[in-house]
Amino acid sequence: MMAEKVATKDIVEVRNVYKSYQRDSIEIPVLEDITFSVPDGEFLALMGPSGSGKTTLLNLIAGIDRPTRGSIRVAGDEVNRLSETMLAKWRARHVGMVFQFYNLIPVLTAFENVELPLLLTNFSKKERKERVETALKVVDLLDRKDHYPKQLSGGQQQRTAIARAIITDPTILVADEPTGDLDRKSAAEVLNLMEQLNKEFNKTIIMVTHDPHAAERAHIVKNLDKGILQ
Amino acid sequence: MKILKLIFKNAFRHKLRTFLTILGIGIAVMGFALMRFVVNAWNAGVEIAAADRLIVRHAVSFVFELPYSYADKIRSNVRGVRDITHCNWFNGIYKDPHDFKNYFPRIAVNPENFFKIYPEFKVPQDQLEAFQSERNSCIIGRKTAKVQNLKIGDNIQLEGDIYPGTYNFVIRGIYTGRDRSTDETQMFFDWRYLDEAVKKNVPSRAGKVGWYVLQVDNPKEIANISSTVDGLFRNSAAETKTETEKAFTQSFISMYSALFTAMNVVSFVVIGVILLVLANTMAMSARERLTEYAVMKTIGFTGKHLVALIAGEAIFIAIIGGIVGLVLAVPVALGFAQMFPTWFPNLPKMDTVVVMAFAAAFVVGIISAFFPALRAARMRIVDGLRYIG
Repeated sequence: MMAEKVATKDIVEVRNVYKSYQRDSIEIPVLEDITFSVPDGEFLALMGPSGSGKTTLLNLIAGIDRPTRGSIRVAGDEVNRLSETMLAKWRARHVGMVFQFYNLIPVLTAFENVELPLLLTNFSKKERKERVETALKVVDLLDRKDHYPKQLSGGQQQRTAIARAIITDPTILVADEPTGDLDRKSAAEVLNLMEQLNKEFNKTIIMVTHDPHAAERAHIVKNLDKGILQ
Repeated sequence: MKILKLIFKNAFRHKLRTFLTILGIGIAVMGFALMRFVVNAWNAGVEIAAADRLIVRHAVSFVFELPYSYADKIRSNVRGVRDITHCNWFNGIYKDPHDFKNYFPRIAVNPENFFKIYPEFKVPQDQLEAFQSERNSCIIGRKTAKVQNLKIGDNIQLEGDIYPGTYNFVIRGIYTGRDRSTDETQMFFDWRYLDEAVKKNVPSRAGKVGWYVLQVDNPKEIANISSTVDGLFRNSAAETKTETEKAFTQSFISMYSALFTAMNVVSFVVIGVILLVLANTMAMSARERLTEYAVMKTIGFTGKHLVALIAGEAIFIAIIGGIVGLVLAVPVALGFAQMFPTWFPNLPKMDTVVVMAFAAAFVVGIISAFFPALRAARMRIVDGLRYIG
């Protein structure tokens, strides 16, 4: 079912963000004065060469790292002002993350991997099962639910990771090079899936990629070079 | 409860490593439990000491003797003493002294009232009467009878070491213990038989007893009775020290204190070994999973969740190792005690050993998880995601 697209409110607001790392006494700037916003329901691609700060920016938006200066507001919350415990709860509620190398837990089946974020909720076992099966159905992997990651192809593992990312119905879906480790066919499947999530389920997606074919699927493309937004 | 499954799955992620760790812990726990068993077995004698018995010994040392005449003086001067008997540690050599199974305590006692004051040694009335009526007779414990394959009517020949000479006894009784913890390995014989031999071989040592045993009317009076008895013989040639049976047994056991200290130290060294084995496994496992922990944190798991996950896994492995160790240790300990009953006269309660071994395994589980858990809990997500194990 296609959700009606209303992309009016900004769900992500990045204002004057600086990020630098300290190495001994030397400060290495990674991001400089980044300002941009992402409207609700958008599909944004962040592009740029290696070392341009794409992943760092994505991590800041996802609340897994903190800026040196500036403000990041996601879904109305000032992310960098939350304590570590609050931030963990916030991530569980608002962020679904997809990694380049899938990062599934190898001892858990596809079903159990997708179920993992739900263990932090109060859903009953039956409710969890229903939700996991729905998510696996969306990524077309219900028939592989009892398979372990090593029994799945790269594309299937990434689809499982996407199912894990969307299982809690997060506010934003962030993906760091989601097709970087996949062959062309599997990459196309994953991108189709992300496009479907954006169009049909109105998911706001921020994707880091250096692949122009992947970036074509996004509605907005932003380029980073040496930590500066072009 | 929801993460128990993950703990279980993580524990058996590297089956061989976990199996070897469990085996290592199991062997160490077995060693720990066996050593605790031995130490507890020897200390069990202290625990079962009667509250209404006082021991009067030479003030300098247990090895010095007291005059036989002290009994009458105590009887007529000290109030609150219901009965009094005396004993001598004979020791002696039976058969081949280098064979451990030939060792069992041999004590010369007053046959008239010894078994009355020590009701925990149960002797059938007809056997007791036979013992009292025949001077060179003896009564032995059930375990010694079994180990030495002796029965009533058999002869026992001892070579004296503390009391020189050859001593021949006839077994007239076999006692059994009232409780499981009662020592069933001892041999009791008539003090008068010993004294006659001493008169002949070492006349200067005749008419002496090793220690007196006082049975008191009221255990609350033991402090008063002790000071009265000791006061009675102050400034005499053989001053006394009167103490509770528990204290006396403790001082007796303290002769082996170096051995017990060594065993105690070794048993705790064994715990240290278990700790290192498990800490190594947990450190390796946690290091390999740093990226997974970072992913879990990204999903919303907190440091506390990871601590529970790592500590739970360590405790789980430690407890399984503990169970394996105890499954091996209990039959070995009991079999050992059965093979060498004279070395384990008082069997300790195994539940104490089991609880100690489990407690040790549990504590080891927690300590071994401490640093890996701390590292995972404090790890920044971005560092974990970058980690290449």
